[in-house]
Amino acid sequence: MGIRFILMVNKQGQTRLAQYYEWLTLEERRALEGEIVRKCLARTEQQCSFVEHRNYKIVYRRYASLFFLVGVDNDENELAILEFIHLLVETMDRHFGNVCELDIMFHLEKAHFMLEEMVMNGSVVETSKTNILTPIQLMDKAS
Amino acid sequence: MAMHGMRGLSVFISDVRNCQNKEQERLRVDKELGNIRTRFKNEKGLTPYEKKKYVWKMLYIYMLGYDVDFGHMEAVSLISAPKYPEKQVGYIVTSCLLNENHDFLRLAINTVRNDIIGRNETFQCLALTMVGNIGGREFAESLAPDVQKLLLSSSCRPLVRKKAALCLLRLYRKNPDVVNVDGWADRMSQLLDERDLGVLTSSMSLLVALVSNNHEAYWTCLPKCVKILERLARNQDVPQEYTYYGIPSPWLQVKTMRALQYFPTIEDPNTRRTLFEVLQRILMGTDVVKNVNKNNASHAVLFEALALVMHLDAEKEMMSQCVALLGKFIAVREPNIRYLGLENMTRMLMVTDVQDIIKRHQAQIITSLKDPDISIRRRALDLLYGMCDVTNAKDIVEELLQYLSTADFVMREELSLKAAILAEKFAPDLSWYVDVILQLIDKAGDFISDDIWFRVVQFVTNNEDLQPYAAAKVKEYLDKPAVHETMVKVSAYILGEYSHLLGRRPGCSPKEIFSSIHEKLPTVSTTTIPILLSAYAKILMHSQPPDQELQNQIWAIFNKYESCIDAEIQQRAVEYFALSQKGAALMDILAEMPKFPERQSALIKKAEDAEVDSAEQSAIKLRAQQQTSNALVVTDQLPANGAPPPVPVGPLTLVKVPSMTSDEDHRSTDQALTHENGTLSKVDPQPPSADLLGDLLGPLAIEGPPGATVQSEHNPVSGLEGGPDAVDGSAIVPIEEQTNTVQPIGNIAERFHALCLKDSGVLYEDPYIQIGIKAEWRAHHGRLVLFLGNKNTAPLGSVQALILPPAHLKMELSLVPDTIPPRAQVQCPLEVVNLRPSRDVAVLDFSYKFATNMVNVKLRLPALLNKFLQPIPVSAEEFFPQWRSLSGPPLKLQEVVRGVRPMPLPEMANLLNSFRLMICPGLDPNPNNLVASTTFYSESTRAMLCLVRIETDPADRTQLRMTLASGDPTLTFELKEFIKEQLVSIPIAPRTPTAVAPPAPPAAQPTPEIPANDPAALLAGLL
Repeated sequence: MGIRFILMVNKQGQTRLAQYYEWLTLEERRALEGEIVRKCLARTEQQCSFVEHRNYKIVYRRYASLFFLVGVDNDENELAILEFIHLLVETMDRHFGNVCELDIMFHLEKAHFMLEEMVMNGSVVETSKTNILTPIQLMDKAS
Repeated sequence: MAMHGMRGLSVFISDVRNCQNKEQERLRVDKELGNIRTRFKNEKGLTPYEKKKYVWKMLYIYMLGYDVDFGHMEAVSLISAPKYPEKQVGYIVTSCLLNENHDFLRLAINTVRNDIIGRNETFQCLALTMVGNIGGREFAESLAPDVQKLLLSSSCRPLVRKKAALCLLRLYRKNPDVVNVDGWADRMSQLLDERDLGVLTSSMSLLVALVSNNHEAYWTCLPKCVKILERLARNQDVPQEYTYYGIPSPWLQVKTMRALQYFPTIEDPNTRRTLFEVLQRILMGTDVVKNVNKNNASHAVLFEALALVMHLDAEKEMMSQCVALLGKFIAVREPNIRYLGLENMTRMLMVTDVQDIIKRHQAQIITSLKDPDISIRRRALDLLYGMCDVTNAKDIVEELLQYLSTADFVMREELSLKAAILAEKFAPDLSWYVDVILQLIDKAGDFISDDIWFRVVQFVTNNEDLQPYAAAKVKEYLDKPAVHETMVKVSAYILGEYSHLLGRRPGCSPKEIFSSIHEKLPTVSTTTIPILLSAYAKILMHSQPPDQELQNQIWAIFNKYESCIDAEIQQRAVEYFALSQKGAALMDILAEMPKFPERQSALIKKAEDAEVDSAEQSAIKLRAQQQTSNALVVTDQLPANGAPPPVPVGPLTLVKVPSMTSDEDHRSTDQALTHENGTLSKVDPQPPSADLLGDLLGPLAIEGPPGATVQSEHNPVSGLEGGPDAVDGSAIVPIEEQTNTVQPIGNIAERFHALCLKDSGVLYEDPYIQIGIKAEWRAHHGRLVLFLGNKNTAPLGSVQALILPPAHLKMELSLVPDTIPPRAQVQCPLEVVNLRPSRDVAVLDFSYKFATNMVNVKLRLPALLNKFLQPIPVSAEEFFPQWRSLSGPPLKLQEVVRGVRPMPLPEMANLLNSFRLMICPGLDPNPNNLVASTTFYSESTRAMLCLVRIETDPADRTQLRMTLASGDPTLTFELKEFIKEQLVSIPIAPRTPTAVAPPAPPAAQPTPEIPANDPAALLAGLL
């Protein structure tokens, strides 16, 4: 049970953030991202948020132009992951205020800091937005 | 601000974004990489800020999919920067760019350790996170103790401890030895008393990993998990920050329920009751609300609760409630819920009792097979496949066939394979099976693997009744205007063999058959032509007296292909031409194919193999384990015991009987068909003399007669045709033997021993039948169900099951039917009442008849003494008075047991546990001793407490002293003997203890353990 990777991809298929929790070579990542993007981006709103790919599942959610795609093991609880995506978005929203693709693109490091606080080794560490954002706020104050 | 500080990064990102095409992007990236490379070269001039900026750029470039093969050292070196911003970048980028085996990582191990054991909380967090993400074995070995200390430390703040928990999880996965099971179980249990939900969330992930490997060691965590779940479900003491849309941390709830699924059962009635109350509330109290997020979160919890209920094997009522819920879900509009409904219903199939309720939803599930969403269609297909059995196979397979014509290409192969398997597994009659496969080939020929059509050929060859039917059917298909090449292959093969059985039907004269096949020849590839040539030769052989015109036509074809570039075709053409001029001899040579030996279906095997890839749930596997029809075998009517073979009496076939046995892998099918096609190459290409032919055929003419005859016939010609024939002759023998005596599959004794420890499994299996068992024990009553599964396409007759009960058991077997229909499973409940303690074993005397084989087996039934035990925890206050009051024989017996299978103490504890003796830790202060308690139930003794103490000698694990006490002398004796049997069951080197002196442990031990160890001596005094 666990998260294997988290991808943020815009609707043109450009990767905006990629965090893997298992080691893949660059070629493997490229291939994987290509396949997933092709599969998921073509889906409609009326279709479910889960796509089976190779031997795992992609749980995804779309926010405006940005897709959040999370690869999980087959026995993972899909809805819990789906809402975890939303929690991530809400957390970013609290920090950036009306978060958009550009925020994530130009503040790549912050997006990474937040993810670091939320997921470790493929498992959820923290779900309290305040706790997630505390270190980032401290750092902002310091600099 | 970081943003301010890294203008260069923003500029670069913006440049890349403005690139018009991939080529421009590459140029911009290459330029930047060159820039970074030169800056890193004279590192001295770099400020920490610049370094940080460049490292981020590297990560960005890497994320875009470009190789970054330098600068790793710089990233790693930032880890040792004194200031937080640089250090943070170092840690994060390192864990993104490097894998755990990277050399640079090893160089950093000391810095990382210093951060972990240092005083700076934020540094601790960074270091723990990186190790948690990419730490390898070396990290595990050098850091695990420090990480454990942090996790348990009371002075550490939650923000550090939650990371320590997941860091330890990583280290544990890299090297399980870093967590010492004995000591850690208690600590883990203490960890679960934590109030902070962040620490709990990550500790729960750690627990899931630990219990998935060894649930016994962590049983004390079970009630804690239930408490946590109760706290969350009742929303007690849950801070607002951890409440998500009004739901107390759905993620922790889900994880906790996941952890609970790793414990096989919940013994403690109070814990069980509390848990079921919580689950009941979740099942009943989850309503559909407008807010999507709230709805998802509450359903995430609900689906996990469903899984837990299934796992706990709840009462039937609760199960039906679950199926009802799922039935509702698969019909809703919301696609996510529909998908999950189908997925969980498939998981639910493993609960035997609810299969009938699931079947009521068949129509709805079939609708989902046509859903616009492929994810949902996949789930529906999986579910239909899983729920298929003899009763609904016809409907389901026909649905699948119908769907096949419109299905997406990506699904067709899976779909046709599944349809083929189901048709084979559950065919009510074989003509239906043939219909299904031919339809499959017709509709989805491109997706039909060779295995599928090989299989239908095997079925037809082995069942005479089927042959005319199949021949007529393929003729119909062949007459259609567009025919798939696979259909041409299978038709040509079957018509070649059996078209003469169509007799005088209109349009079925040899000539007409020939021309319908030959019409297709121009459309087929070179791999099919050999099959057509064989068919022509066979047709020619069957048209007696020879039709001159047909003969000329066919000879012309053979002549034409004599110079074919393809060696296989050429050879066949030459040989068939030569052979067909032999006149009557042709009859012998080209006679019908012999039957195939029984073997496992290549298709099933393929499905099992494909499973890993196809992202399927384990449903198929589970199903396969449950259902008896797993190992599919062709009905083999090979006459045993010399009964005359039903078909060709002059059974001369120029074909090697494929000598593979049923357990060969699926390639055997392949080989089988190549063999029969290929064996003609054995004929001497020069015009063979009649003698030689006779010789050749002699030893091969062995369809009916047993091996001995073969040998005797073979001898006279061995001088001529030595080698290959000898091989062929002997290759036949094992098959003959196999049909005479039925060999069990698997080891009967091992199966029995496994069933002594668990309550369901396979008791016996052979090529025809599988006997499964499922048992429930309550006090001195037991209810076993025998599952008798016929694995064949023919019925099993004269089925008889007789129970030979020992004196202490009252056993009643319900009626066992005389015949078991093909592929069916019969359930026979068996009631058991335990009258008094005894170690005697009940025996099932089982017999059945298959074809002419009478099979009889005597099987021990796993209704043993330990099944009437109920583990019970006993506290010191209860234990000692009891122990003292039962003084001396016959109520308390002591024995020194020698020749014990040596095992470490925890293993022995596990063994006792598995026999339902509850280990009571802490009662005996000597760590080398075990104290256990249990309750025994029988009609005469009622519930009776039994106490056990085992004193082991760490210096000599082959001996121990065992003391047993209960309120019944027979019980004490029997239980003592029972445990003894278990401990010495595999005697290893029985001579070892000879050197050791009588009862008391040896005095001259290097560790004078008994006398020196005060608490133990104390306890011994007490005892």
